[in-house]
Amino acid sequence: METIDLKKTTLRELNKTLQSKGVMKISSEWEIQNPDGCHALAVGMSDPINVIIKGSTGYYCGGMNKNANIVVKGSVGPGVCENIMSGSVTVEGDASQYAGATGNGGVLVIRGNASSRCGISMKGVDIIVEGNIGHMAAFMAQSGNLVVLGDAGETLGDSIYEARIFVRGQVQSLGADCVEKEMRPEHKKILQKLLRFANADVRIEDFRRFGSARKLYHFKKKNIRGY
Amino acid sequence: MSDESNQRTIPVKSWTFDDYTNSYIRRAAETGIYDIRGGGAKRKVPHFDDLLFLGASMSRYPLEGYREKCSTNVTLGTRFAKYPIRLDIPITIAGMSFGALSAQAKEALGRGASAAGTSTTTGDGGMTPEERKHSSKLVYQYLPSRYGMNPDDLRKADAIEIVVGQGAKPGGGGMLLGQKINNRVAEMRNLPKGVDQRSACRHPDWTGPDDLEIKILELREITGWEKPIFVKIGGARPYFDTALAIKAGADVIVLDGMQGGTAATQEVFIEHVGQPTLACIKPAVKALQSLGMHRKVQLIISGGIRTGADVAKAIALGADAVSIGSAALIAIGDNNPIWEEDYKLLGTTAGAYDDWQEGKDPAGITTQDPSLTKRLDPKIAGQKLQNYLNVLNLEAQTIARACGKSHILNLEPEDLCALTVEAAAMTEIPLSGTNWIPGK
Amino acid sequence: MCGIVGIFLKDKELESKLGAFLTQMLSTMSDRGPDSAGYAIYGRPKKHKKKITVQSSSPKKDFSSLAKNLQDSFNEDAHIRCSYTHAVISSKEDNCTKLKKWLSEVYPNLRILSTGNSLEIYKEIGTAAAISNMFDIASKSGTHAIGHTRMATESFVTTLGAHPFSTADDQCLVHNGSLSNHNTLRRQLSTYGVHCETENDSEVAEAYLSQKLGSGANLGEALQQALQDLDGFYTFLIGTKSGIGLLRDPIACKPAVVAENESYVAIGSEYKAFVGLPDLDKATIWEPEPATVYLWEH
Repeated sequence: METIDLKKTTLRELNKTLQSKGVMKISSEWEIQNPDGCHALAVGMSDPINVIIKGSTGYYCGGMNKNANIVVKGSVGPGVCENIMSGSVTVEGDASQYAGATGNGGVLVIRGNASSRCGISMKGVDIIVEGNIGHMAAFMAQSGNLVVLGDAGETLGDSIYEARIFVRGQVQSLGADCVEKEMRPEHKKILQKLLRFANADVRIEDFRRFGSARKLYHFKKKNIRGY
Repeated sequence: MSDESNQRTIPVKSWTFDDYTNSYIRRAAETGIYDIRGGGAKRKVPHFDDLLFLGASMSRYPLEGYREKCSTNVTLGTRFAKYPIRLDIPITIAGMSFGALSAQAKEALGRGASAAGTSTTTGDGGMTPEERKHSSKLVYQYLPSRYGMNPDDLRKADAIEIVVGQGAKPGGGGMLLGQKINNRVAEMRNLPKGVDQRSACRHPDWTGPDDLEIKILELREITGWEKPIFVKIGGARPYFDTALAIKAGADVIVLDGMQGGTAATQEVFIEHVGQPTLACIKPAVKALQSLGMHRKVQLIISGGIRTGADVAKAIALGADAVSIGSAALIAIGDNNPIWEEDYKLLGTTAGAYDDWQEGKDPAGITTQDPSLTKRLDPKIAGQKLQNYLNVLNLEAQTIARACGKSHILNLEPEDLCALTVEAAAMTEIPLSGTNWIPGK
Repeated sequence: MCGIVGIFLKDKELESKLGAFLTQMLSTMSDRGPDSAGYAIYGRPKKHKKKITVQSSSPKKDFSSLAKNLQDSFNEDAHIRCSYTHAVISSKEDNCTKLKKWLSEVYPNLRILSTGNSLEIYKEIGTAAAISNMFDIASKSGTHAIGHTRMATESFVTTLGAHPFSTADDQCLVHNGSLSNHNTLRRQLSTYGVHCETENDSEVAEAYLSQKLGSGANLGEALQQALQDLDGFYTFLIGTKSGIGLLRDPIACKPAVVAENESYVAIGSEYKAFVGLPDLDKATIWEPEPATVYLWEH
């Protein structure tokens, strides 16, 4: 286990080390101490190392992550693992807005709540939130799965493409072109797999599925009020 | 006997309700949806033609055209980047996506720009391996859509351009109703085939220059602080926008006026939102100067750059370089009269063709249709672009030499005079033959 | 665009540390706002006394004569405490209006930054840390405070343009964001006799609230109406004699985080602002909902 203390090291040194080609030779287990709300922590990593961040971070923790697994023992600021390509990020506290924004792959698990715009423009990432999510979640979400064990705020899934949303709690309101959909066996399988990954002990039956009504895919004059 | 021909006045059409306007109304009544097209603002607005250079005189001596050196090299990104970009000429190719342009067109742009010693820029949709191969210097656009965005390409780029806005549509985005995404592009962008295009108008994970500062930090951390970070803005509030981009940490500001083109957006946006390029330059330069950053944070001007005179005038007003989009496409064959028969079939004519989003471009540039794109030979087109860039540079050099400059960046506002009151007011250059600047 | 912070103390024992907390919180927000900084401190009010904070561009000239002239004109009734470019004039409550009128006649170049029983505002061009040093903010005590670091958006970097803005007694506002209809609102407010001094959108927001409060609305009601009438992006922190109010616009892109424990409620644009506050690990960290009024009052 290698430790990096942000009270003694610069952010640049930290990221340089974790991004370096030889990082796995040094260790595959890393711990970052005293994050204290620092921005751009552990960004742009490429190797399958495990990184534990002991505390709360600022914006863009784990941004553009590839292959690495990050655990934040605290909360994260806006844009956690934005544009994540693969690997995983687990936040034990809460996440601020834009969690998992434009993520292409990998998994984001938030044990607490996520704020607004969770999964905005997601492009394949899977996001599991054990608490509640704020408004405008999965806005223009293209693909991937958003699983919410708690409640969802206003305008869920506005302008959604083919991403899937599973919500166990209440949904305050649905966004444009987002509707409740039938939960079929293939969806239950996906949900099962994601819940297992997050170690979430809940019943599949309690979830509802939401997705695109596909009415805004092709402009029709009669739909003009929908814009 | 009365003369019949004198019983009526001659027919007069309305200036307010002219032919174009009437066709616009009829079209709206027929379709129920706004008109979408490509390109930039077409209407006449004050532009570089309204300025003139003074040249040499009793007090100012010119440089010999073939013997005395006038350098045109420019370095972009000297503020924070480990590896600034060095250009041989102060003209770059603006961001245009491979979804909007054919692969052949992108290759032509890459070949021509590299041969001329300058850079190209990716567009919405990300970087292709071909693009990286054909461009010796490649600027990678970071857009609200984030299509194709990934850290590997960021690291392969020579610079990163964060697009906040563009001249054709500052604040633009939204649904492009009725405009389907082409199949190939849909696949690349991980979108369902044949759906109407949507584009976000704000970035998904930051809002405001205070957030942008943190976003720039993140991008620098991912790329090891190596690459210059550009911030591209449309011609909205150039003074404040430039100041804010500087405060947010930009290395280079790209400022795109209303004549700047787009692949497709609502006509009403292009013609009625955003200021003329000429009006944006002085405020941006003032912001740079007031923050002590002129020539330390570079300014690239785009939107209607056409000739070496335009290049020289933009630089004299305070820019470090210019960027061309529409002009580059025309150089490689866009709207060429040799395809007039095809333009007629499309209901238009050479020079007016702008429905690029339909993907039927006879020149094979703004289309993905193989039967059309085969008309464009990337090697020949690349040569044409190189020729054109060389002419722009030579013309700008000629002017600079005539003004006694051994480096093109030594052109200054005092080398200019204005032909119209508007141009004089916008650029704070005195009206020709006078000391008068309106408003001062 | 900016950084904002606020702190509302529940534990009286911490009151002597209020200034130190605010300095520490605001210093971490300097990156978000390098242009200017401002502190609004609500100290324990003295009975029947009011304070006027003034700012001068030529403090040596103005303040040297001010003390003497105050003495001559108001005798025992007015005292002055000078600090760099600012001065706090305390007087009997009844004299305050007279005193302000006198100031506007005799010292027209002095800018009144705040008036009230509790409130003192300090703001200047410079970083948060520099401003704190200038006015020894760290030594100040009180019940609650708000602060601001500024990155000027559509108006210029001047002292007057710095936040907090105050247009009524014991009331002030800081703002992170950018309004889009402030010019129209400014013109409307002037028809009600409420005039703004700067081009700043945040000053308009403050003037709007003052006008509502002056017409009989309470802070909660005024903020609800603000949701209807103000357009654009904002997180507001409002200071009043009794406490702090917070409001985010319905789109809520501008950040806001709250840290709450038994001793205090702290608010900031980023979590970073809370680092170093006592018992932060025991605090609940949460984000305010959009379009929702939050009030913490003594």
